[in-house]
Amino acid sequence: MTAHMTVEEQQRATHRPPEPGTSVSVFAHPETFSSVTQQITSIVLTRPTPLFWYCTFGVGAAGVILFLISITWLLYRGLGIFGISIPVAWGYMITNFVWWIGIGHAGTLISAILLLLNQSWRNSINRFAEAMTIFAVICAGMFPLFHLGRPWIFYWILPYPNTMTIQPQFRSPLVWDVFAVSTYFTVSVLFWYLGMIPDLASLRDRARTRLAYGFYAVISLGWRGASRHWRWHESASLLLAGLATPLVLSVHTVVSFDFTIAILPGWHSTIFPPYFVAGAIYSGFAMVLILALPIRSVYHLENIITERHLNNCAKLMLATGLILAYTYVIEPFTAWYSGDVFEMAMVHNRAFGPEAWTFWTTMTCNVFIPQLLWFRWVRINPKPLFCVSCVVLYGMWMERFMIIITALHKDYLPSAWTNFEATRWDNFVILGSIGLFVTCFMLFVRFLPMISIFELHQLLPFSGADAAGGPEK
Amino acid sequence: MTGQMSGKRLYAVALEFDSPTQLVEAARDMHDRGVKRFETYSPYPVKELDEIIPGPNFVPFWTLTGGLLGALTALAMEYYIAVIDYPTNIGGRPLNSWPAFIPITFELTVLFAAISAFVSSLWSAGLPLLHHPVFNLREFARASEDRFFLFVEAGDDAFAVGDLRSWLATLNALAIWDVDEDSEEEA
Repeated sequence: MTAHMTVEEQQRATHRPPEPGTSVSVFAHPETFSSVTQQITSIVLTRPTPLFWYCTFGVGAAGVILFLISITWLLYRGLGIFGISIPVAWGYMITNFVWWIGIGHAGTLISAILLLLNQSWRNSINRFAEAMTIFAVICAGMFPLFHLGRPWIFYWILPYPNTMTIQPQFRSPLVWDVFAVSTYFTVSVLFWYLGMIPDLASLRDRARTRLAYGFYAVISLGWRGASRHWRWHESASLLLAGLATPLVLSVHTVVSFDFTIAILPGWHSTIFPPYFVAGAIYSGFAMVLILALPIRSVYHLENIITERHLNNCAKLMLATGLILAYTYVIEPFTAWYSGDVFEMAMVHNRAFGPEAWTFWTTMTCNVFIPQLLWFRWVRINPKPLFCVSCVVLYGMWMERFMIIITALHKDYLPSAWTNFEATRWDNFVILGSIGLFVTCFMLFVRFLPMISIFELHQLLPFSGADAAGGPEK
Repeated sequence: MTGQMSGKRLYAVALEFDSPTQLVEAARDMHDRGVKRFETYSPYPVKELDEIIPGPNFVPFWTLTGGLLGALTALAMEYYIAVIDYPTNIGGRPLNSWPAFIPITFELTVLFAAISAFVSSLWSAGLPLLHHPVFNLREFARASEDRFFLFVEAGDDAFAVGDLRSWLATLNALAIWDVDEDSEEEA
């Protein structure tokens, strides 16, 4: 067992640039099997819970209460408490849905797509990115339900034999959405839990109290780490990654179908699926960084989540942001090229109409400010990176709001034109859902292994049977 | 060699190593000697052990089966509801508008395949399991941290041969333990 480095030493080690010509290790300094296990399990089992945790959890719990109050009021009074009207029938609720579900996508990208691409650096961040996915989907899934006129009969959208002798319409993207989101949630949970079983066994074996031992013994399902267990575990993990990869692309594609299938200028466009997927991953990486940066510093994980991880996440954010910028350019081009007067009127209205502030906020937050990520200094320094990520996350919310509002508020019928005014309940619900997300995430950080221990073990230089094996798998 | 109190049924003899290299060497030795009933335990998957301890892997088969079942379920459900049970005439378009059925077919394929992969992986591993004799060895707790264990089960023919223990002693293990079938608390 090696002595733990002090925080100062870790930080100094983190800031040392890798020697040229050597393969870059995922870790900031040499680790052993034991040091990795101890560092991560001690967060849950032995180390005192930091004040940061109590404060953040408290804020999150306050948000949950706000959310519950808002939903209670919604169920009591109905959808009229929100700013929606005809023709702006979709307001904050659907914006929130698309925003939250998009955030989840980066977690699946990190856990599944980067696994298949053999990007071993992902092993430091995949666990909590997957957790982020699940909590984001939980938040997302509630919005379409509560946006129903009568949420208590939401199950009418499922196909089941019923005495009303009616059935769902399978040609509707809203029904596809039900299947896409529920499948996405289920597969994400399975993937996350399967990956966590060996680490739950690590917690079980290190638990000091009987209560903790019992809890982790039950949820680790009796995992023993036998060679056969590992073979089946790896096999299932890779298959789930292979299944999750097309799934994550399909989910936001189906979400974009909710828009594109409608024959509405500004929505009815073939670029929407890739546009939505790129935007989803963009906002997701912003959320990964917003979560990783404080956690890394509070729990002294700089040796595991290194500058390299920040740099890579920031680069992926920049890349997906550029894809998004491309679609922002292509959209008006397609409108102009189509020669359709309604399309062109919509584009003009979006940029210069009464709701133009949403368009220019989106452009500023999603296109202009993130160009700072071209600078390495911004990519590897927590504070500027955190700020840019917050800007992107806000910009992505505004983008969905812009898509919904600017396409709806000036309908084909000029007498119906109106502007959207958000009510306080609109704002309470989005703030409350952020609180719910924060609460779930804080509980995860406190009670579950937030970094994958066994996958980090595999990256250690002496993990192969031939001791010369490098850190790459 | 550390022995425990006798008078209980022996489950296995356990060898403890501190590196995957020694574990793989020992497992290879077992395999070459014709020992059948042994199992290795490590804190993370060790690639080389896959070749030494081969075994069936039904996970891909069940995943494929689940996926196909999901696709069939979705198509059958959509066809039945849209064509037979609840047909809706929308501008005279065909009732069996299969391209519109593809998204749900895809989703259910993935859903069924993923559930099959998850369940078959746990089922193959015999999990969940509330207790297993390997946990009777207190030192086994480090098998999820930094130690590598090899258990030769008492039922193996190798136990009939007299020189098993002296042979095990040559395998560079940190320690050799006798592990009982029943836990100490029960005794």
